[in-house]
Amino acid sequence: MMGGMNETPVPAPPSWQEDVFAALKNRGIQQIAYVPDAGHSHVIDEARRDPGIHDVVLTTEEEGVAVVSGAWLGGQRAVLLMQSSGVGNCVNMFSLLEMGRFPFLTLVTMRGEYAEFNPWQGPMGRTTGQALELMGVTVLRADYPDEVGDTVEAALDSVFGAGERVAVLLGQKLIGRKKWERNG
Amino acid sequence: MTATPVRLDRRRFVADLIARLPEDALVVTGLGSPSYDVFAAGDRPGTFYLWGAMGGAAPLALGLALAQPGRPVVAVTGDGEHLMGIGTLATIGAKLPPNLTLVVLDNAHFGETGMQPSHTGLGTDLVAVAQGFGIRGAVRITDPAQTEDLATRIKARAATTYAQVLISTSEPPRALPPRDGVANKNSFRAALGLSSF
Repeated sequence: MMGGMNETPVPAPPSWQEDVFAALKNRGIQQIAYVPDAGHSHVIDEARRDPGIHDVVLTTEEEGVAVVSGAWLGGQRAVLLMQSSGVGNCVNMFSLLEMGRFPFLTLVTMRGEYAEFNPWQGPMGRTTGQALELMGVTVLRADYPDEVGDTVEAALDSVFGAGERVAVLLGQKLIGRKKWERNG
Repeated sequence: MTATPVRLDRRRFVADLIARLPEDALVVTGLGSPSYDVFAAGDRPGTFYLWGAMGGAAPLALGLALAQPGRPVVAVTGDGEHLMGIGTLATIGAKLPPNLTLVVLDNAHFGETGMQPSHTGLGTDLVAVAQGFGIRGAVRITDPAQTEDLATRIKARAATTYAQVLISTSEPPRALPPRDGVANKNSFRAALGLSSF
């Protein structure tokens, strides 16, 4: 982050992040529950701006599993955004999804893989997909910008067309190397 | 000398509250005794009973309240279930849906597992906690006469409401609601005119 207020114009968000929001909007998502991550920042900003979407900032990801299920009970489509570390926080709450067979979509930005600098992201990052599958959630994955939009749309079709529980893992390569040193 | 607060009979309180709810109110119950209390008050179509997903009653009610702003949404849960997901109060405090009410039946014990003392008897003040998270309308209920006021606030849908209800540790006979979550989900949605998916 730069220090001053007027120094640099805000850079355009990566196009794959715009594709994610467009897909959610096109398929009628009305609640977006999230624990923030850099890879979700555009979608979160848009959700906060959009009067047709409730943005729900969570203190822990498992709340989001219940929020999304409650939205569905009340007739709204919702999605949960989180980072890979959050999947572990959700494990017991995922039983709600299976017991109610709730349609469920989560978009998970990955850590602990491509060019990861922080070893503490490793244990959960390496087991994110397995943890989801163990709890009955189907896992899709996108690693390249041009496949993100289509993968999210495919997941939305499975979730709201077929009543499935799906996670889309957004590979760390999409987000790129994290800058650890802040310059001036 | 301060008087020890009166502790209400849970079954009677819940029956009185449910009887006063408007017909279009939607109810979510936390696992364990609160589910039995609500079911014992009479099975209403707009009720979703949790048998697990501990900590999930309040966030489930939040998603539901946002989706159904025209109806009162009431979560009825216990202190143990509520404490496991206590951070959800911050999430609710950030949105404050005016149609959402949390009713916490607080006997200061984990009843389902053998009446071990819980945090609310060991120092936690739930009304202060809720207020601290931004839920200004948090109240403590120590008198059955307050039930009418709570029902009025639920009906009004004018502000997020939080009620800590001090109940005794009595264990009334179990009244077991249906455990089939899929059937419950589908009947709940059908009551709102919604298809299964």
